[in-house]
Amino acid sequence: MSTNTEYKGVWVVGEQRKGVIQAVTYELLGKARELADKLKCEVSCLLLGVNVKTPAQELIFRGADKVYVVDDPRIEHVLEEPYARIVSDLVSRHHPEILLCPATSLSRSVASRVAVGLNVGLTADCVELDINPEDRGLLMTKPVFGGSYMTTIISRNHRPQIATVRQKSMKESVADPQRKGVVEILALDESFFASRTKVVEVVDEAASTINIMDANVIVSGGRAIAKAENFKMLEELAQVLNGAVGASRAAVDEGWIPYSHQVGQTGKTVSPKIYIACGISGQIQHLVGMQSADTIIAINKDASAPIFKVANYGIVGDVFEVVPQLIKRLQNL
Amino acid sequence: MNIIVCLKQVPDTADIKLDGVTKRLVREGVKSMINPFDMYAIEEALRLKEKLGGKVTALTMGPPQAETSLREAIALGCDEAILVSDSAFAGADTLATSYTLSCAIKKIKDYDLIFCGKQTLDGDTAQVGPGIAGHLDIPQIINVRKIQDIKEVQVTAQRMTEYGYDVIEAQLPCLLTVVKDINVPRLPSLKGKMKAKSASVSVWKVVDIQADEASIGAKGSATEVLKIATPPARPQGKIFEGEGAVDQLVETLKGLMK
Repeated sequence: MSTNTEYKGVWVVGEQRKGVIQAVTYELLGKARELADKLKCEVSCLLLGVNVKTPAQELIFRGADKVYVVDDPRIEHVLEEPYARIVSDLVSRHHPEILLCPATSLSRSVASRVAVGLNVGLTADCVELDINPEDRGLLMTKPVFGGSYMTTIISRNHRPQIATVRQKSMKESVADPQRKGVVEILALDESFFASRTKVVEVVDEAASTINIMDANVIVSGGRAIAKAENFKMLEELAQVLNGAVGASRAAVDEGWIPYSHQVGQTGKTVSPKIYIACGISGQIQHLVGMQSADTIIAINKDASAPIFKVANYGIVGDVFEVVPQLIKRLQNL
Repeated sequence: MNIIVCLKQVPDTADIKLDGVTKRLVREGVKSMINPFDMYAIEEALRLKEKLGGKVTALTMGPPQAETSLREAIALGCDEAILVSDSAFAGADTLATSYTLSCAIKKIKDYDLIFCGKQTLDGDTAQVGPGIAGHLDIPQIINVRKIQDIKEVQVTAQRMTEYGYDVIEAQLPCLLTVVKDINVPRLPSLKGKMKAKSASVSVWKVVDIQADEASIGAKGSATEVLKIATPPARPQGKIFEGEGAVDQLVETLKGLMK
């Protein structure tokens, strides 16, 4: 354990896919900038991948003072061993006090290996971050039990403090093309890239639709949707709202829609701006996956369905009447 | 193929309570169950054993009452069950938990695969599985939705991503965390239930797993809970009714989308 004062700076591990920096990186940079301004220190960002040298400049515009780039075909895809090795090495050499990573599934997996390797704390899936002015410590707030409770976690004696941050929970930083900073391209030796796992194929499913973790709007269907074909109606609604389609466990178990769309306890936890629950009764197992959405809209025949207890707006009615009308009106706007 | 399944006893979602004083979850007198994702881990381990032979060991860290979850695992078909339980383990965060479980796994020693559920429903961290792999210095494949192939030295599996899935090859021994898509868990058989009643569950304490005292429990944890609270209540919802209901909803959506 080292003394905390040797550690300075807020770091962000950027996320890219196929050479395109993902929005969550800018969300993290926005928060990192805010934290760093409170701490009066610099923001650094790591970017790992292939063909990422050019996009790296954007990270400066978005709030980083320094960007470390590792551009190598061997890390085109996320593999925990090389990723964790590279991040850990940089952290050990530069001693940031805070390290923020996206709470995407692969980034969480990497972060966990980094934290174990460095023997430091890691807080998963934070939705609020702040600085305790008394000791510069990071206050990490995260939902537990799928948002039934909020807990604030601290890491008193270990640095860096590592947090993974839920997508859509922080505001993206705005690009300022005048911002100056340093992009450092790192050349790492062979040993960093060793891996006992290998990606042999990458399969994008439903590539035309937005994935539900990134979506600002999610239109979800439950048991009342009654069959697979009826999800087309929800897809249409999602499309006019530029959103994605989600589903309750019941709909997935019936085979109406793939598991990757499932929201809830045994599916995904989402926090979009707008969540439209269509024919979903709102069992607790579903609510824990979506109750942290900014606005919840429920459409259900049953006025006593629990979904209306969490909904900001609702229509008591048949989804097969309400949704087509809704699509029509929205298309005519 | 020798397989270890890590599982956690969690309170039933519908039955969670918070102790007003300690700010910890009330574990006593609360209906508990095996963490839902861990049921898929158990099932996948059993299926591999049935195909390839070997044995399945169920492992958990928890208070003495976690034994009931291990007996459930035996009823489903696990061959052995180990409860890592000691008051010194209490208050562990994910760092200390994954360290403790890795010590127990080192003691078990002979394994090819470790299965964990994707995440637990109480902590929602998804950190312990990868953390165990880190402590053991073995590879991991997270969010596995299908095992395509398994050989003596290598496993090929589909890991679910936000966009679809990746096909990953990993050297054994390897740790896999699984998602719901991977299988449909079985129910315990009558024979299994009988076996579970009389089966012995090993209880391992700190000395048994030779864990470093400074790395376990609250002392070995790098994070602590400062506070826990219920989130602000959602405002009373507005129900749109009658003829103009859809129009009102459209107006609302327009406002929200701005």
